Amino acid sequence: MDEFTLSRTFINLIIATKWTIILSLIAFVGGGLVGALIALMRISSNKLLSRISWLYIEFFQGTPLLLQLFLAFFGFSVVTGINLSPLVAAAIALTAYTSAFLGDIWRGSIQAVPRGQWQAASAIGFGYFDQLRLIILPQAVRLAIAPTVGFLVQVIKGTSLASIIGFTELSRAASLINNVTLQSLLIFGLAGLIYFALCYPLSTWSQQLEKKLAYK
Amino acid sequence: MTSLQTELNGKSTATLEKPPIIVAKNVEKTYGNGFHVLKGVSLTVNKGEVVVLMGPSGSGKSTFIRTFNGLEPYQKGSIEIDGTPISNGKKGIELVRREVGMVFQQFNLFPHLTVLKNITIGPIKLRGLSKADAEQAAMELLEKVGIAHQAKKYPGQLSGGQQQRVAIARALAMKPKVMLFDEPTSALDPEMVREVLDVMRSLAESGMTMVCVTHEVGFAREVADRIIFLTEGNLIADTTPDQFFNNPKEERLKTFLSQILH
Repeated sequence: MDEFTLSRTFINLIIATKWTIILSLIAFVGGGLVGALIALMRISSNKLLSRISWLYIEFFQGTPLLLQLFLAFFGFSVVTGINLSPLVAAAIALTAYTSAFLGDIWRGSIQAVPRGQWQAASAIGFGYFDQLRLIILPQAVRLAIAPTVGFLVQVIKGTSLASIIGFTELSRAASLINNVTLQSLLIFGLAGLIYFALCYPLSTWSQQLEKKLAYK
Repeated sequence: MTSLQTELNGKSTATLEKPPIIVAKNVEKTYGNGFHVLKGVSLTVNKGEVVVLMGPSGSGKSTFIRTFNGLEPYQKGSIEIDGTPISNGKKGIELVRREVGMVFQQFNLFPHLTVLKNITIGPIKLRGLSKADAEQAAMELLEKVGIAHQAKKYPGQLSGGQQQRVAIARALAMKPKVMLFDEPTSALDPEMVREVLDVMRSLAESGMTMVCVTHEVGFAREVADRIIFLTEGNLIADTTPDQFFNNPKEERLKTFLSQILH
């Protein structure tokens, strides 16, 4: 097994990191789109829409991501007879998970904008969606951006759970290489450094944004 | 009509010939908690009139003024703005609101927009003005309220009095038929009350129809055509400032005046 030199190990981990990044991006984009819908439903005056989105948020926040991955991977095939690939199952579960948290963060940000802003916008004559688009959302975004970016760090780390349904991203690659080389400290240490390199810039970016977006 | 109005300086002699802008009839409202805040209040405000609403806190005066642009729904009665009914939950309330300017106690300027954009956003998006036209009109309004030099600043960089003057300019930019003032000076530091009242005074002199909820006795005395007194959800006086302050008839009003006139 002499082909697993340090540099080979590192290269393999980097290749697997590509999948961690791809899965994270799918979760960000999918979770962002669904999350926006969930947030809008949650603040809607329509009781049914608001209730549905509340249930959605509570379910995906109140159950472990691992269980959601199992449900997507095994549960889906039991119900429909169709086997999802690990990537598709992981993408579905992570999108649902991310959208529930982002939906809730954004709901909170929208509701944190003072009621007087809605009133002033409607007093001028703006309809509901103009009030939201021109007045409320630009203010809510400022409040939301730091917790949103902060949550993305959780998503990147969360993709490691997809290894359990057989998706070969960074964690599973590290585990596979370890099975061959048994250099546990080195391999998992390297994997940890790669995760850190992905997450740390996001964390600092989130802190900078928070300062930059505060009203002068 | 306009020239006649100017000639007569918008005062009582011309009132009878002026068309009504606000007609509220037997407006009743109960809050969700069962509090009966308006118990059948009627009020007609004619074009060019300045009407001041006074009353103790909790009397329903702010709620009443907010029913005029649909910010507060009501359960019984009717309200018409220049002939258009304001009804609960009906579509098209936005169109009526464009004609009714409102100034809030807490200013409610949009903090993410500059002073200039606070004023131009309505005319550009709702009245279809070009950016250049809207900005020119906005600068003229800012000139009038005395803060043209602050146009590029954000609301958070202005004092309370300046913010409230911007809020007045923002409402005027929509060229409303009537202006509502909901305790416009109550959140201001004392030294800033006057600059806002001065703007309101000159607005009244220009012939604007105004309904003001305020505790400013001096303003009410000098500027109002009529003073309305609300207490516990009932309108119990609708009279001239002179009668109101110097010859009050109702017991409840006498008590109120003895409390506010020190």
